[in-house]
This record gives sequence, C-alpha cells and structure tokens, in this order.
Amino acid sequence: MRWFWIDRFEEFVRGTQAVAIKNVSLAEEHLHDHFPGLPLMPNSLVVEGMAQTAGLLVADAIDFNRRVVLAKVAAATFHFDAEPGDTLRFEAGVLDLKPAGSLTKVTSRIGDQVQGEAELFFAHLEPGEGVPTLFSPEELLTWLDHLKIFEVGKDQEGKPLQRRDW
Amino acid sequence: MPSRDEIFEKVRAALVDALGVDDEDVTPEATMVGDLGAESIDFLDIVFRLEKAFSIKIPRGELFPEDVLSSSEFVADGKVNEAGIAELKSRMPFADLSKFEANPSVQNFANTLTVEDMVRYVESKVAG
Repeated sequence: MRWFWIDRFEEFVRGTQAVAIKNVSLAEEHLHDHFPGLPLMPNSLVVEGMAQTAGLLVADAIDFNRRVVLAKVAAATFHFDAEPGDTLRFEAGVLDLKPAGSLTKVTSRIGDQVQGEAELFFAHLEPGEGVPTLFSPEELLTWLDHLKIFEVGKDQEGKPLQRRDW
Repeated sequence: MPSRDEIFEKVRAALVDALGVDDEDVTPEATMVGDLGAESIDFLDIVFRLEKAFSIKIPRGELFPEDVLSSSEFVADGKVNEAGIAELKSRMPFADLSKFEANPSVQNFANTLTVEDMVRYVESKVAG
C-alpha cells in the first residue's frame, strides 16, 4: 500500500504554485478509530497531504534530481477538523527554493473556509545521503498520471507540462 | 551597513521563526543546540532565513563545518585533533572556540555555537 494523501491536482505551475484536492471518505479505515463515533481526519494526515502537494511542486522544479523529504513543519495552525464528505483543497506556494532545500507555504481550505495553514521545509537529498529509493521511475510516473499533473500542469510560461520519458 | 543591534534583532527573528523559541530565549550567550534546541535540519532552515533577511549567500559548510567533524584527518577517537582545531578556527573566525578547545569532543561541538557567533558571522558577511 502506498501513502497517498492527495487525490489529484487541479492546478500546477512549475516552481510556483499548485492546488491539489483530497476527498475525505468514511471508507477510509483510520476514520473508524479516529474517533469511534466521531470520525475526524487527523491533522497530521492533513499535513501529509499538504506535504505531498508542496513536495511534488518542489521535486518537479528541481527536475526530480534529488529526493525531496519533508524535513520540518516550521509552523502549522488548524482552525477546525475535516470530516467524511469534506473536500480539502491544498494550495501550495514556494517561498524559497535552493539546491539543498526549499521552504513552502500551504493553505488547506474546505469550501471557502481556511481549515489549516502550514509552513513546510523540505530537504533535497542527493542519492547516497542515507535515503533509500522512494519510487521506481515507473511507479512515480504512474502516480503523477493518477494525479493528473500532466493534464493540468503548466510551466512558468504557461505551456503545458510534458509527460516525463523515464 | 546595518548596526550590530539591527543584525542581532534580525538574527533573533530568524531564530524565533526557525526554532519556535520565545524572543527572550534568544540572548547573545545562548547556545544554538543546548539552549535553543536546534537540530541539524534547523541549521538549513536558519541558513535560508538569514540569506533572505540579509540578502547574503551562505555556502554549505561555512556556518557549520560538518565536513571537518566527520573527517578522519581531523578527528580521532571522537575528539578533534590539533589540526582539526586549527582548521575550525580558520573556517570559523566568527566563533569563539576557546571552550571547545578545552574539551574538543565532537559531541561537544554542537554546544559550542552561540547566538553571538551567529551575529558575528552575519556581520562578517554583510561587511564583505
């Protein structure tokens, strides 16, 4: 099983901003225990969804040449909890991007309300810096296809993103 | 060029944001790791914030020369040797290494760097 906490991208501008959505469903087993009789999506998993949105934005910007790892949640605030039936909309922006790391800001919305905000710091590790291979290129490409990144994605000049030929 | 007080205030703001500590915790004598709880990944975050706040470039290993501390040339039995101390001094002219010299174990190094050292480092960068 893979740890997927976003369903698809709605917007993706290379190196700049991305919007992904996550539909919360009572079919997700963890909600049966969190909590019995009161199913709420844990905000730690909302952070994971935010990190996947921002992490892919950053990884694409550096051409997937390094492993992008969530190194630090520099700040996070949540205003209310997500419930089954909610659609979370993660809006990620890049605040700073360097070869060794990046700082991003992600806002989570449900409808027109801000559900949470976080500043996420990613380390960009070179192969050999103690991080195992996270995906085979084929698996990663399949995931990016599922997320419709090549359908909605654009580069900074507004041209459609080309599907990678890994 | 900004005054020393202005530099300190900006360094303090960067450390408050990066480490989630209170303003009053960030004193010149506070050690980055022991008192403020900085972990290795925080140094990368701090470097980002300082670069932005002061419009400077901080090359990897300049503020925290991790390569010296992991080199067999400079470290033996968990302690930094004389050549290593000399290397650290030349690489980190902004840091007061006198306490570290008295007990130069690699583990001890993490507790060497103070807020004052950071301020001196930034001062040297904005002057350059």
